[in-house]
Amino acid sequence: MAEATTLRTAPLDRARVLQWLQTYGVYAGVAALLVVNVVITPNFLTAENFRTQAVQVAPVIIVALGMALVIGTEGVDLSVGAVMALAASVTALYLGYGLLPALLAVALFAAAVGLANGALVALVGVQPIVATLALMVGGRGIALVLLPQLEDLRNPALASLGSGDVLGVPYLILIAAVLALLVAFTVRRTTFGRQLLAIGDSRPAAQLAGLPVRRVLIIVYVVCALLAAVAGVLATARLQASDPTSLGNLMELSAITAVVVGGTPLTGGRVNIAGTVAGAVLIQLLTATLIKHDLPPSWTQIAQAVVIVAAVYAARGRGRR
Amino acid sequence: MAPPAEVLAVRGLSKTFPGVRALDDVDLTLHAGEVHALIGENGAGKSTLIKLLTGVYRPDAGEITFQGAEVSFATPLEAQKAGISTIYQEVNLIPLLSVARNLFLGREPRNRFGVLDIARMNSEAEEVLRGYGVRVDVRRPLRTLGVGAQQMVALARAVATDARIVIMDEPTSSLEPREVETLFSVIRGLRDAGIAVVYVSHRLDELYAVCSTVTVLRDGRRVHHGSLAELGRLDLVSTMLGRDLGEVRAEGLTKFSGDHQATDSEPVLEAHELTVPHRLHGVSVSIRPGEVVGLGGLLGSGRTETAKAISGALPVRSGRVTVAGVPLRGGSAAAAIRAGVSLLPEDRKSEGIVPGLSVRENIALAVLPRLSRFGLVSEARVDSVVDTFVTRLRIKASSPHQKVGELSGGNQQKVLLARWLAMNPKVLLLDEPTRGIDVGAKAEVQKLVDELAADGLGVLLISSDLEELIEGSDRVVVLKDGAVVGELTGDDVTEDKLMRTIAGDTAATAPAAEEVAGDG
Repeated sequence: MAEATTLRTAPLDRARVLQWLQTYGVYAGVAALLVVNVVITPNFLTAENFRTQAVQVAPVIIVALGMALVIGTEGVDLSVGAVMALAASVTALYLGYGLLPALLAVALFAAAVGLANGALVALVGVQPIVATLALMVGGRGIALVLLPQLEDLRNPALASLGSGDVLGVPYLILIAAVLALLVAFTVRRTTFGRQLLAIGDSRPAAQLAGLPVRRVLIIVYVVCALLAAVAGVLATARLQASDPTSLGNLMELSAITAVVVGGTPLTGGRVNIAGTVAGAVLIQLLTATLIKHDLPPSWTQIAQAVVIVAAVYAARGRGRR
Repeated sequence: MAPPAEVLAVRGLSKTFPGVRALDDVDLTLHAGEVHALIGENGAGKSTLIKLLTGVYRPDAGEITFQGAEVSFATPLEAQKAGISTIYQEVNLIPLLSVARNLFLGREPRNRFGVLDIARMNSEAEEVLRGYGVRVDVRRPLRTLGVGAQQMVALARAVATDARIVIMDEPTSSLEPREVETLFSVIRGLRDAGIAVVYVSHRLDELYAVCSTVTVLRDGRRVHHGSLAELGRLDLVSTMLGRDLGEVRAEGLTKFSGDHQATDSEPVLEAHELTVPHRLHGVSVSIRPGEVVGLGGLLGSGRTETAKAISGALPVRSGRVTVAGVPLRGGSAAAAIRAGVSLLPEDRKSEGIVPGLSVRENIALAVLPRLSRFGLVSEARVDSVVDTFVTRLRIKASSPHQKVGELSGGNQQKVLLARWLAMNPKVLLLDEPTRGIDVGAKAEVQKLVDELAADGLGVLLISSDLEELIEGSDRVVVLKDGAVVGELTGDDVTEDKLMRTIAGDTAATAPAAEEVAGDG
């Protein structure tokens, strides 16, 4: 083994670097941004700043968790932004009956969208990108039919969900953290998680091994939609207004970015939850850094693009030897 | 006659991968018009040697002299341009392009304006392919051809590029006997044209039919080289395995012990009149506990389809399957597995293993729900199942956490067997269980099938290896064009009888043939 190590040639070294980057690059990126900000950004090391950043990134993380599961099955869900909008509309419509009934209604609508996505993918056999594209367009359409324009929401329960905290930690952050742990546990320790990965890696083999392929796929899309709905409700609660026109716009892309930057390959069979969370945090920090230094938003987009390309490049090193 | 010119001389070639000495100081000499067998178990270094010759890998040490000059190919394209063509086990052409486009890819004929001359390309392609016994519309996309025909296109392409050396890596693994004959005549044509051929195969018959010289690799080293005719079959096998000759002879060429104690009890599996449009026409098979039933027939006779239909992987139009007397609700692999019927699929790589998951996850894949409580996996129970089968089947992996995709074919097959044995099945359907795996693993798999039958399992065995089919089976059901054309039992289970049945000599098999005729 020692001999083998010394014989390693230059291309292999690069492969190792890429491998390292894919696994730990996202954490290194977060750490680097933190250090840079501590040095160059005034008032960065304040609890208030961290709170703001965390509250902003929480909805992205929650959506990205579901997205990571879907991508783990070699799929993709473009309808998450639309589901957030739908969640906002339905919340506004049913808030009159109280927060809990409204949340229940949101869950039902979201589950219906997830079920439709899952059925199209698993039963009809439509490609995920096409199936969820339909719901991405249609879902926001339904949201706007239910609630054509922005509506202010005055509900103390909802308001406290959006801005309340426990010992200084906002509910938003707590909910995101609990959900991340729950999803990570599901992937690692449950039958469902293992089956999901097997299906993503080789669907024909999973099918012949007797795995409930259809059921797992449908559940994955339902879970993804439910998580998006949670994000939608939390965002609405923070705004104290329901905004189906713009809420969740481009969220699908942010979520996919977080997942990919976090080291989950688009080819399925692997899900990296910790990486996904870090990926969302990385993008958030990058955006915040540029904004705080008064760079125009176009710069933020370019910076995001660079991060995505770097992540894809690192992922490319995998599987080649 | 002057001795044929040396085309290729390889001296002291070595290649090391992290942790593995894949090739160690190997020599190889090829002369014009030589058909050279390159053999060895999986992991012996055949693929590495080929990849070094064709510029896929760079050697760590040693030199390659090609047509008198030392060469160092940086890419497969360079090697191909220099005159070393390779046909891989899996056809690597472009499925959506036309047959003709594939044949001429990268060297398309152009007219005087430098524009692709499609008419000329098509007519030339047709003519070239006719020489290979392939008569198809060359404008059709390649993927519409059968695998055998695709292989022929790959071969024609390799030869047409003015090759001096043609390397064939298990070229017959997806060919029918008739196509194998065509391949052999093509190889003889190459030989007569002064082209050197390197022939890699696990099928001994083929090696002796077509090769003149041989190089045997074992554990990355060359352990034998010379004339093939002077090396007997048993010597060849023992050299390859590195085992004592007496030991191999005593055990015969396959590991099967012969007849099993098939009881007269009720069949554990009965498939009745299975019909799948265009594939199966009323196929009936029954298997008793402890019995190995072979499915004989040529490629495309419906053997794989029969196994898949029984296991629920292929929807049937009519017919029924009962397991231990209980009718199987058809249409899903999951239902068949619950009832105790497990299928080891023919296409191990794409339908069997889950390549990115570990050995452990692959073994536990099907049995996982039984090792779980409320959907939570019990890691301890998984570990104990995995340990049991890794030991029992002698699965060689660096650890249970190694990815299955990195294992050799034989070990991948053992992982799949472990996956099913963990389920305690009543019936195992084995579709080409030893295809493409090395001789040692093959013997182990055969021995295991024997043991399983002895333990009372019903086994359905599909194999293109006649020897394996005959020695392994207690009874052989012969299929032809999707229907049962005969059944061999007792002393009739011989290669000769099997061939006669396939060929349509109904004398030995009248009862079964009548049965089929009755179904119309």
